[in-house]
Amino acid sequence: MPAATIEVIDHEGLPLARLAGSWTLARLSPPIAGIARIDARLRDLSKRGAAWNLHGVTRLDSVGALLLWRAWGRRWPAALDVPPAHRHVLERAAGIVAGDGLRGPPAPPSGLVFAGSVVLTAAKNLLGIVALVGRMVLDLAHLFAHPADIPWREFSANLYKSGARALPVTALIGFLIGVVLSYLTSLQLKVFGADIYIVNLLGISIVRELGPVLVAVLVAGRSGSAMTAQIGVMRVTEEIDALATIGVSRTLRLVLPKVAALAVAMPLLVVWCSAAGIVGGMISAHLQMDLSYGFFMDTLPRVVPVANVWIGLGKGFVFGILVALIACHFGLKVQPNTESLSSMTTTSVVTAITVVIMVDAVAAILTRNLGMPV
Amino acid sequence: MKPSPPAIDIRGVWTRYGDAVIHRDIDLSVAAGETLGLVGGSGSGKTTLLREIVGLLEPDAGSVRVFGHAVLDPDLRVRRMVRRRFGMLFQQGALFSALSVFDNIAFPLRELRVLDDELIRDLVLLKLQMVELEPHQGRMMPAELSGGMVKRVALARALALEPELLVLDEPTAGLDPDRGENFVKLIRMLQKELGFTVLMVTHDLDTLAGLATRIAVLADQRIIACGTAAEVVAVDHPFIRNFFCSERAVTAMQARCS
Repeated sequence: MPAATIEVIDHEGLPLARLAGSWTLARLSPPIAGIARIDARLRDLSKRGAAWNLHGVTRLDSVGALLLWRAWGRRWPAALDVPPAHRHVLERAAGIVAGDGLRGPPAPPSGLVFAGSVVLTAAKNLLGIVALVGRMVLDLAHLFAHPADIPWREFSANLYKSGARALPVTALIGFLIGVVLSYLTSLQLKVFGADIYIVNLLGISIVRELGPVLVAVLVAGRSGSAMTAQIGVMRVTEEIDALATIGVSRTLRLVLPKVAALAVAMPLLVVWCSAAGIVGGMISAHLQMDLSYGFFMDTLPRVVPVANVWIGLGKGFVFGILVALIACHFGLKVQPNTESLSSMTTTSVVTAITVVIMVDAVAAILTRNLGMPV
Repeated sequence: MKPSPPAIDIRGVWTRYGDAVIHRDIDLSVAAGETLGLVGGSGSGKTTLLREIVGLLEPDAGSVRVFGHAVLDPDLRVRRMVRRRFGMLFQQGALFSALSVFDNIAFPLRELRVLDDELIRDLVLLKLQMVELEPHQGRMMPAELSGGMVKRVALARALALEPELLVLDEPTAGLDPDRGENFVKLIRMLQKELGFTVLMVTHDLDTLAGLATRIAVLADQRIIACGTAAEVVAVDHPFIRNFFCSERAVTAMQARCS
């Protein structure tokens, strides 16, 4: 294909532009001088009131036509000689109506508006979660009346996916945190000769605080994100609507089994993770301070009242429900596009972790008189 | 002028999935300017062949050349050059769901990085007009579009770079017959105007009758017939008998010929 060329000759005092070659996107872009230069040249010619002859043009596509049309100031030039085929293309370009405000990006909101919208969004999400809880209570009532409808399969699948499959990673994290914590505290305790208090410190902090929070963070990242993405994709592909038309309640079949599975799996994971943490701490204490395993195991139940275990288990139960509820809520809010799916998954995990830590802080205050050794 | 190479030239293509042979030594050539309809039963590997032509899949053996260049040329510049010369319309449209209709069509133009914003805007409006959509519909998101509109927007995006070859995967699947017919008319009109070559895969006889100048039939892992509708129907093969000689097919073909 020949390149696009412009030849200018003088014709009765005015320039006559003779265009030739292939005026197409493929020929006008980089290899040749570039569109900007051709554009500037055309505009210059147009300003000088040139006459135009397009008979040498072999191909004219919409890019070429638009370039010319723009250079002519969006109206037909006084003197134009163009074969009918090209005239048709030019007429097409002439026919476009400028749609105003086609691409007005929204102005960034001012501080106050932004703060307001954040509060409103948070309130809306809270309402949404409350509504979801309400639906689940109704579903539970329904299941109580019709036990045959209990979604056992989904429940056990979720229990396996978010419980059993999480065992290795929770054990590893728990063990490592136990080792690190024990190592760092033992360095301090040695200074005061208070070595044996390592058992109290590790026991209380891991069983009561670190175990549940660590597991909640891990599960929010592992299972919460998966739940949001799963429900979100089901919304994108209209599977949720398909469920509804078959007459299956989405909360009963999708949300309830997930919430129930995490409510059961999380306390168990908390025990598992705390145990791994204690073992890690014990090994570290043995290596660092020569504290025997037997002494550690003997002292642990005496210095860590059993109430702490119940607090840990209770937290696991509550955190599990929270993580699953938040994940499902944001999953159901996904709009049918990829951007919304990714942002909702992120929001779900971030919200779940934040809420868990906030609830943990409140729980720490409420249970401050419980489970402390006397 | 020297004769231009065929738009698509497939030589000796073999495709296997595990032990299953999908394509056995396939030869197929599409001349510039023609419209070839590729038909075949479900699972006969039509879409696989299409994906090999556009370079999304590599055949196990054989060569696929588009405009005389290998689609999977080791030289990335050649690859990109070839890819810019054809547009593909996916079965489900494959619009970018996070972008508006306008941005979807503008996307390939912006990727060129040589066009200014004003020109891109005008070009998008022009393409919208070509596929008979209103400028204000450019603000809509893909999720808000009906099936027919998704196809139109996808067509506008496929045409954004002024391709010389348009590859269509089931262009009328999922459209009601009326919309399907309109869409076929639209493609035919655009082809007349812009002069691109078309390769399409379809199940639909009306689409085939309305668009294709030549038909290739894929069955038993090879091209069993390739030629005009009359030539293809004359081939004696169970698939062709079933596909073309049903009562409905005959009406569709007659409507085309009259």
